[in-house]
Amino acid sequence: MAVAVRCTNLVKVYEGKTPVDAVRGLDLGVETGECFGLLGPNGAGKTTTIEIIEGLLQPTSGDVEVLAMKWGHQDEELRQRIGISLQETKLSEKLSVLETLTLFRSFYRQGLDPDEAMRRVSLEEKATAWVGKLSGGQKQRLAVACALVGDPDLLFLDEPTTGLDPQARRQLWDIIRDFGKQGRTVMLTTHYMDEAERLCDRVAIVDHGKVITVGSPRELIASLGGEHIVDFSVANGTGMPELQSDELSSLPGVQSVRFEDGQISLAVAEVHVTLPALLVRLKEMKRDLASLTTRHASLEDVFVTLTGRHLRDGGANAS
Amino acid sequence: MSARHYSPLGQLILSRLREFFRQPEVVFWVYGFPILMVVALGIAFRNKPVEHITVSVQDSEYAQVAADALSKNKKFEVQRCDADACRLKLRTGRSDIVTIASAGPRYEYLYDPTRPESLLARNAVDDALQRAAGRKDIADVSDKELTEPGARYIDFLVPGLIGMGLMGGGLWGVGFVTVDMRIRKLLKRFIATPMKKHQFLTGIMLSRFMFMIPEIVILLLFAWLAFGVRVQGSLFAVMVFVFLGAFTFSGIGLLVASRANTVETVSGLMNLVMLPMWILSGIFFSSDRFPAAFQPLIKALPLTPLINALRAIILEGYGLMQLLPEAAILVAWAVVTFALALRWFRWM
Repeated sequence: MAVAVRCTNLVKVYEGKTPVDAVRGLDLGVETGECFGLLGPNGAGKTTTIEIIEGLLQPTSGDVEVLAMKWGHQDEELRQRIGISLQETKLSEKLSVLETLTLFRSFYRQGLDPDEAMRRVSLEEKATAWVGKLSGGQKQRLAVACALVGDPDLLFLDEPTTGLDPQARRQLWDIIRDFGKQGRTVMLTTHYMDEAERLCDRVAIVDHGKVITVGSPRELIASLGGEHIVDFSVANGTGMPELQSDELSSLPGVQSVRFEDGQISLAVAEVHVTLPALLVRLKEMKRDLASLTTRHASLEDVFVTLTGRHLRDGGANAS
Repeated sequence: MSARHYSPLGQLILSRLREFFRQPEVVFWVYGFPILMVVALGIAFRNKPVEHITVSVQDSEYAQVAADALSKNKKFEVQRCDADACRLKLRTGRSDIVTIASAGPRYEYLYDPTRPESLLARNAVDDALQRAAGRKDIADVSDKELTEPGARYIDFLVPGLIGMGLMGGGLWGVGFVTVDMRIRKLLKRFIATPMKKHQFLTGIMLSRFMFMIPEIVILLLFAWLAFGVRVQGSLFAVMVFVFLGAFTFSGIGLLVASRANTVETVSGLMNLVMLPMWILSGIFFSSDRFPAAFQPLIKALPLTPLINALRAIILEGYGLMQLLPEAAILVAWAVVTFALALRWFRWM
């Protein structure tokens, strides 16, 4: 399969009094026709990476190839064939939806009719509404429409659903999936694991400016060894010794054990095998359950297993 | 796929025009404010003949003689008061002159030579008292009063306001607007498309010219209808300098905007650029009032030649050929600022 984006040993240092290593030797390849996600906490270097690939930032070193072309050589041709939605663009509030799309359409040699772009993001009813009057979700759909109006082969979306309510997020996911169905390539960044799981064919998990693992969401979750997670905690009886990891990992079907803030998470292959054994063991030890839940493993569990941190609070740890 | 052709330059200009006319407060500042200035200053400084001269006559034995002599002429408003009260009145502007009469008759005048009306009062009072004392005029004189449009303050003011509008428009309409787009990451979004950078900058400039034409026409038309201000020279010459001025101040606006990425920075820079010209370049009073040592500097500021040229055309009917030095200074500013702005301009 043809490669839409390839980065080799990408490095970006922001010069300053204290230089910041935003990207530290990052490699990735995006195949034509797939939806590829960069998943990682805030500050992991996702935006820097995608903006280098979009030709908006210069890398400190490393190679970038987009649609078999290079920035600095075929910029005009590349710009004609890619569509970009930045993390935060405030479009002119006093222009209508249709006027905004017509303006963006005028920059491209060929592309969609502005009406068609509006239809794809279901904003037809807002054609004459000023951008300032749109809701957050509608503004974000318009931003995506501005990226679609040049009829790109490759679409870049930086945090497309950050700050949106669940319904608005699902609407955007549908728009992105529809675009993917035409055999076009999508590359997006997100710090939402559910977004990466539901939308992306493949995901690269990024932390501290490096890709720490790549694969389909299913593959990554399978790499945990168990596709289900049993979360439980026990009541604190006086004089009781702490539960030990090896006592739990010897239970049937348990692939890994994680302790965190009094909660214990077991990655298991089959819940119906492990759960009865766990309850029996706890009874033998005279420990009472305080809470018990079972769920499917998620990319969040993959991230926690690999880094020991959660996606959500990663921003505080990353420099 | 659409086959329709869309002109990027046309769309960029159209967008700017729409944004502008959809902001009533901005439209007011550009079109309404200069007219309010003309009205307010035109009324405040309307030229009127001196109606009354207020004379304080200091209490003394001979005060009555002086008061009687002055009271014969209606233009004198005579007040009698003691020495302290007279001085207080003069000092606080409630009286134009203090007259002290003594035997002879002998008169002493107290007046403030820096106040034109005080100086005027001294001569008028002296004239009246000398005649009352028996002075005969030898030469035969007759007075003819002449107040012509072209010589009034309002005539002086209108070209100044046009220049001020061009300066403010260039800095706000090009400089501030561009920085605002940079802050909103709209510039970054634009260069993520195949948009040509020069088309964007041309679009900003041309749309600025388009708001400016009504601004100038409204101001000139209003000044003509309300105050009878007439353009002595050709309207074409006025428009040539208006465009030159708009072009120059667009360049300065772009230069100011080339790097700023906060509202505070650009506002500070704009004030730094505009303030000296507001004061020195002769918007409200002639720049000739500043000492000769400053004149070369003042004449080199772009607003000075612009206002001087507009005044020469509007008040004195100068032609373009007589104003080549002023045009040259403006062109030089435009070329240098554009060259620097394009070199330093940041899109992100």
